[in-house]
Amino acid sequence: MSSDIETLERLEAEFLAAVKDALDEPTLDAVRVAALGKKGRISDLMKGLGGMSAEERQSMGPLLNGLKDRIGEALAARKAELHDLKLAARLASERIDVTLPVRESPLEAGRIHPLTQVWDEVVTILADLGFAVEQGPDIESDFYNFTALNFPEGHPAREMHDTFYFEPRADGARPLLRTHTSPVQMRTMEKGQPPFRFVAPGRTYRCDSDQTHTPQFHQIEGLVVDENTHLGHLKWTLEEFLRAFFEVDGVELRFRPSFFPFTEPSMEVDVRCARLGNEIRIGEGNDWLEILGCGMIHPNVLKSANIDPERYQGFAWGIGLDGLAMLKYGIPDLRAFFESDLRWLRHYGFSALNIPTLSGGLSL
Amino acid sequence: MKFTLSWLKDHLETDATLNEIAERLTTLGLEVEGITDPAKKLGAFTVAKIIEAVPHPDADKLKLCKVETLIDGKREIQQVVCGAPNARSGIFGIFAPSGATIPVNGMVLKPTKIRGVESNGMMCSERELELSNEHTGIIELGDGFEVGMLAAEALGQNDPMIEIAITPNRPDCLGVYGIARDLAASGLGLLRQGNIAPVAGAFENPVTIAIEPDSDTACPVFAGRLIRGVKNGPSPEWMQRRLRAVGLRPINALVDVTNYISCDRARPLHVYDAAKLQGAVRARLGREGESFTALDGKSYDVDADMCVIADEAQVLGLAGIMGGEASGSTGATTDVFVESAWFDPVRTARTGRRTGIVSDARYRFERGVDPAFVLSGLELATRMIVEICGGTPSEVTVAGRAPEPEKRVLFDPARTQKLSGLALDVSEQTRILSALGFVVTPQGGLLDVLAPSWRLDIDGSADLVEEIVRVHGLNKVVSVPLPRPDGIARPVVTGTQRRDRLARRVLATRGLVETVNWSFIPARDAALFGGGDEASPQLRFANPISADMSHMRPSLLAGLIAAAGRNIARGFPDLALFEVGQQFAGDGPEDQKQAASGIRRGTARPQGAGRHWQSTGGQGKAGPVEALDAKADALALLAALGVPAANLQITADAPAWYHPGRSGVVRMGPKTVLATFGELHPAVLHDMDVAGPLVGFEVLLDSIPEPKRKATRARPPLDLSGLMPLRRDFAFVVDAQVPAGDLLRAARGADKQLVSEVTLFDLFEGGALGEGKKSLAIEVTIEPHEKTLTEEEIEAVSKKIVAAVEKATGGSLRS
Repeated sequence: MSSDIETLERLEAEFLAAVKDALDEPTLDAVRVAALGKKGRISDLMKGLGGMSAEERQSMGPLLNGLKDRIGEALAARKAELHDLKLAARLASERIDVTLPVRESPLEAGRIHPLTQVWDEVVTILADLGFAVEQGPDIESDFYNFTALNFPEGHPAREMHDTFYFEPRADGARPLLRTHTSPVQMRTMEKGQPPFRFVAPGRTYRCDSDQTHTPQFHQIEGLVVDENTHLGHLKWTLEEFLRAFFEVDGVELRFRPSFFPFTEPSMEVDVRCARLGNEIRIGEGNDWLEILGCGMIHPNVLKSANIDPERYQGFAWGIGLDGLAMLKYGIPDLRAFFESDLRWLRHYGFSALNIPTLSGGLSL
Repeated sequence: MKFTLSWLKDHLETDATLNEIAERLTTLGLEVEGITDPAKKLGAFTVAKIIEAVPHPDADKLKLCKVETLIDGKREIQQVVCGAPNARSGIFGIFAPSGATIPVNGMVLKPTKIRGVESNGMMCSERELELSNEHTGIIELGDGFEVGMLAAEALGQNDPMIEIAITPNRPDCLGVYGIARDLAASGLGLLRQGNIAPVAGAFENPVTIAIEPDSDTACPVFAGRLIRGVKNGPSPEWMQRRLRAVGLRPINALVDVTNYISCDRARPLHVYDAAKLQGAVRARLGREGESFTALDGKSYDVDADMCVIADEAQVLGLAGIMGGEASGSTGATTDVFVESAWFDPVRTARTGRRTGIVSDARYRFERGVDPAFVLSGLELATRMIVEICGGTPSEVTVAGRAPEPEKRVLFDPARTQKLSGLALDVSEQTRILSALGFVVTPQGGLLDVLAPSWRLDIDGSADLVEEIVRVHGLNKVVSVPLPRPDGIARPVVTGTQRRDRLARRVLATRGLVETVNWSFIPARDAALFGGGDEASPQLRFANPISADMSHMRPSLLAGLIAAAGRNIARGFPDLALFEVGQQFAGDGPEDQKQAASGIRRGTARPQGAGRHWQSTGGQGKAGPVEALDAKADALALLAALGVPAANLQITADAPAWYHPGRSGVVRMGPKTVLATFGELHPAVLHDMDVAGPLVGFEVLLDSIPEPKRKATRARPPLDLSGLMPLRRDFAFVVDAQVPAGDLLRAARGADKQLVSEVTLFDLFEGGALGEGKKSLAIEVTIEPHEKTLTEEEIEAVSKKIVAAVEKATGGSLRS
């Protein structure tokens, strides 16, 4: 009996040493087979239990089982250890140069034009006040661009517009490029019923070209028609709009009487600003910057749209989108908007995912 | 409109400062564009007296002067070396001390030595002070000046010039008097009427005046008189100074008087040398073939639409625009015929445009001159001419009758608050209107308001509200919140607007840079893209700003390619650009279409442009852009816009501006073209002088059917199969011309229940296959739904696929 125990102890020591000495998984597996495999030495001893007396079995059983468990545990532990060692060795051999440059993604390379960005900003702000968005054609008739908007035939006010004309048609009509977005007023009002509340952004044209004028530019027209809207509402709307657009705490506006054939009273609006070198800051300072034209819609315009001017009234304003973009984003030259210089577009353009929202901030 | 402060004060009695006046003008809608104070540049200059002038010891032409000055209360004698021939003792002139800046050249004076003699300061010529071009000698002041007096005062250069912008509705403010009236109405002073009382005529007017029947609307009234025995020299200094200050060149007294009254009262007049007139003077329409030489020295042809003033012999002038050289007044004029008439604004504007003559008279007549001031203007001119030039006036002759546009408005004073939000007493409203010249008569609760003759712009209540609010102060209008829509804001953009917005963002995520190009392009480019003079002459401007901008664009590609050319020239050859905007097939609203178009040039492929160490090409070069890169852009955009890819067909019949073998059309059904794409035609690039490789695409946004609005936002239930999909590869050998799309469609359609996806993973041409053949290898995903497929069933599907492909393509399974 004692010799049996000694044999078991020797066997245990022998296998534990073999486990410890195994340097890779195949060697370790060979040790397992030699000990615990079908024909393994420990398995053989286990098989011998059957031929023992109940007494012997009672004492040898636990001893053998204990041996089997301990060798099994040692094998498992060594297996895990060898696995870790192997992984460590692999990781130690695998290295990249993490400073190697990677490709710019298309998302980073793409840009949205500042004009589009500002367009989206303006529409987002005014949508909150319930302004719908209306659009109309670039090639207009004399009627929609002038006559319906109370520009009398031959009136000098028409000449202020430097209009692009097409050749006269056989029927005497003379199509033109719209000089402002105001024709959309008429087109929208004549196909609907008051009340109206909409903006009309779009491309406009005048044959004029210098440092501050380009033959095409962009305007957004805003219009409210109902039974009670007056100049005070106009003032508030413009103040709120400009405050939100320039993302400042407040703006101060100065209204100056002016003249547009389609509004009465008509006014130009200056905004308080500071001029710091080439930079203009809205909402501070002691300077004034002319920023838009507006007024109460002329009764003749309402009449042209078959709206009763005795009952309905409202305001309209027009503002340059290009100018808004220049002011807000410090873009110095209007002409560059249409030159498609890649360097300019990359510098002043916006990421595709920079979508203006009121909740998240327009330009953050 | 320019005027000086002193001129304004002729008509406005006021203590207001220049700044107060300027601010009020802007408040009234007479926007101040600039103020020039000539005294500023003369601040350092004073009157000085030469008390001794002796020859310079070392220079023949120079003089050594002792000059008495009084600067900042200190009387001093300065030594000044002076080269002026008229420098002599006893005269008063203008002295510039050391430290002063000479206006004409910006030079700062320093004490100096001239030929060894000290010289302190300078005696100035008129040119040095920018008063005139006179530089032969120093300024000699007459009597009545004292040493130390400010030069600006001594020279009459202390009258600030104010320039204001006059809107087209306010021709009454094209005269200083009208401006004064607005200021007075706003409470800034009292209006002075001035003397416009009639001057009695001493004899009957010998000049016959007539209006021909054809011109009674063109020239409803024509008044005139002769003044005999005038002496037409230079006009008085004060008048010349004012005319010069507002940018007018003094001519002679008679002409200057008319120019002065034009500025003073917005009343253009004309003077004729009566000795040069032959017979009656008439207003009539021009006759074809007539021409005349105007005062600008140029000859103008006259036509039957123009109103002219003519005598028996010739056309004397274009009515209300410009007189003729032949009948103009000169220094020799002794008898002058003065014309005061009223000309139809519309016809005057038309004639002005046609002749291109820009004159102060035209500017006023086409905006509308006060018809009631015809006679007063004539009397005012008579008074001034007689005062300045002497002479005896005849009686006044008037042909026709001045129009009396009785502009009467029954005005509800409540309208003011309704339109402006400003609560103003009826009395204040009445006061303002009356001060502006309106005649206001209460009538029940309303006001009967008669507009003054000079306010041709008044048509209704809104005009009166404008006048009241303008004078009361527009800045007193209080902001009132615009009522907000109830509840949370509703969506406002339309489907097409949302589509355009999404298109821009989608293309930018693909690495394309958004541009905004001109709507107009050169004729040549328009022709290259299906427009131009032959295809759409109606899109050519009558008045283009330049030859490069003469036609509306038929395609956005033209501008994009031109932009590529400019960027290449700047050293940026790899570009991916797009534009979403309008293009034009004709001049009707329905001919304007929205497109989303883009180009890729050089190596600007979707995976990135330029050289990169990971690129597989040699030297890190990316391959050149390919037609299919443009196809990928177009399809990605269509997918983002909700066009199901399965519904699209690709055909190889793109428009002529694409490479015929490397371009395609994306269609939805046989008729609807949604997009085109491909390499640009080499000839197009050559004509536009832009080097390739360059590919492009055009997505015709307006052709995309608007997605149907669903009743609910809920998605259809997700039907997932619990069974594993399996994948099988097939390779087919087909003729090289067989479109891969046909093969893929056949494979997809082979068993719609089981085939869920077909992917082309290899394309191989030539080699062992032989000439004219290609191999297309596909991976087919088979997705069982009800039960795992048996080997036999899989085999059956595979056979169906092979059969379908072979039938559709004429090819065979590659063994």
